[in-house]
Amino acid sequence: MKISEDEVRYVADLANLRLTEQEVARMSAELGAILTYMDKLNELDTREVEPMAQVLYEAEETATLREDREGATLGSEAALANAPLAGAGHFKVPKVIER
Amino acid sequence: MTAAEIRSLTVEQVRQGLTAGRFSAVELAEAALAFAQAENPKTNAYLHFCPERALEAARRVDEKLAAGEDPGPLAGVPVAVKDVILTKGVRTSCGSRLLERYVPPYDATAVIRLEQAGGVILGKTNCDEFAMGSSNENSAFGPVRNPVAPDRVPGGSSGGSAAVVAQGTAVVALGSDTGGSIRQPASFCGVVGVTPTYGRVSRYGLVAFASSLDHIGPFARNVRDAALLLQVIAGRDPMDSTSAFAPVPDYLAMLDGEVGGLKVGLPREYFKDLTSESGECISRGIETLKRLGCQIREISLPHTDYAIACYYIICTAEASSNLARYDGVRYTRRSAHSETLSDMYRNSRGEGFGAECKRRIMLGTYVLSAGYYDAYYLKAQKVRTLIARDFSEAFREVDAIVTPVSPFPAFKLGEKIADPLAMYLSDIYTITGSLAGIPCMSVPCGRTRQGLPVGMQILTRHFDETGMFRLAHAFEQAGGFDL
Repeated sequence: MKISEDEVRYVADLANLRLTEQEVARMSAELGAILTYMDKLNELDTREVEPMAQVLYEAEETATLREDREGATLGSEAALANAPLAGAGHFKVPKVIER
Repeated sequence: MTAAEIRSLTVEQVRQGLTAGRFSAVELAEAALAFAQAENPKTNAYLHFCPERALEAARRVDEKLAAGEDPGPLAGVPVAVKDVILTKGVRTSCGSRLLERYVPPYDATAVIRLEQAGGVILGKTNCDEFAMGSSNENSAFGPVRNPVAPDRVPGGSSGGSAAVVAQGTAVVALGSDTGGSIRQPASFCGVVGVTPTYGRVSRYGLVAFASSLDHIGPFARNVRDAALLLQVIAGRDPMDSTSAFAPVPDYLAMLDGEVGGLKVGLPREYFKDLTSESGECISRGIETLKRLGCQIREISLPHTDYAIACYYIICTAEASSNLARYDGVRYTRRSAHSETLSDMYRNSRGEGFGAECKRRIMLGTYVLSAGYYDAYYLKAQKVRTLIARDFSEAFREVDAIVTPVSPFPAFKLGEKIADPLAMYLSDIYTITGSLAGIPCMSVPCGRTRQGLPVGMQILTRHFDETGMFRLAHAFEQAGGFDL
């Protein structure tokens, strides 16, 4: 399977990931090789198989929902402490709306 | 305490030393920190130390001892924690430039539990960036060197945690495993590494890589210490809805049970291509199991050949969503060169992530993108069902499965870094157990003629850590580690 450089740029766009031209070229070759390997799965007929979305095991029934009770949460100061830019209790980002 | 004493400490020896008054927890913490800091340049296994936190934890242990209270099963034990597990107030970088300055506002549940049990966290260990890798060479802060052979990798992604336990700069350590990241480095460094049943240990505070596959688990120099550490961190946690309700048995009480008559399966798919010296070590390990009275029989796990493709589709898909949160808004690093919001996202991520993370984000985004979801992601989830079913069928016939951990022992730094697919293929023996969500562990099983450690993998049914530990312990007692 070949992944063209344009396809790489399209996927990088979906992933919000800036790639250099060098990275685009390398990614095109590497993804192609890896995806070719993954095509191996097509040897298997899985029409009658349920997808395994999570690990399942024999277990007794449990109440997985906790009681709806108030508890301690992170304060906004702690939550903002790692922000590259914050102010007035908010995360700051570059301007989104043009005037 | 001498360096030689610190290097080989067990949990039991720490307990005896404390109760006999040979050292206090603070004295031990100070000596262990000094030793670890002096040794670290040899391996680069610790990324940072947290002496204040360590000494505070040690003081609490000493206070309890002085007051005649129970200081907990891990009292005073020097512990290392992989740097993808959150420690409040102590930098947690995930081996990434992106989180170089990230200081978590809360502790992981496993960290809280091990400190409540008296454990003393010395520092955080190096790893592949966001736990993505099999050699520890994807760390933004330089690779870890294998303490057994410094020109070789320690394995990955929990290479630092395996290395500190092998080097003796911690008694036990926490790692994380998604497709082999505890077992493979344990095998490369010659220590015990345990991946418990999925959900056995809370993932709260484990930085997410692939949520349906991520585990926290212990490293130790013997089976008893590994079982004890798991005992401390295991159990339901309301903060992780996928953590299991199943009661945690007393692993230590059942460690010495009989293994004669135990049915042990060898999957033929795992042995057919195993021609390296590692294979010879595993064969000697199997002979030891026979001497212990285990009934060895050949079994088949027919979908083994599809596991790598299946795993790398699922884990990259989940990684691409989990890593979407690193967008320059909340987590410390933002690109300095961006006018618009969209540029800010793209540049922050492009500058922050290393090559392997970018590759996996790209693969994951590709397999989830419109038109490819059914062909790759859904297909892989169905194949995962087949792989899990292979194991449940096998466990009707046998009580445990024994396999190699890795096709080869620790390789040289730089040897495999240029070919990502070849690196992925080396995970073949560990990712099947991860996909099925069953408990698996690596125990030392002799060394190659060059002196490189080889690991044997033991896998059991969901939540049968007890059976797994018992077999591993019998193997250890029979001299299996030093074959």
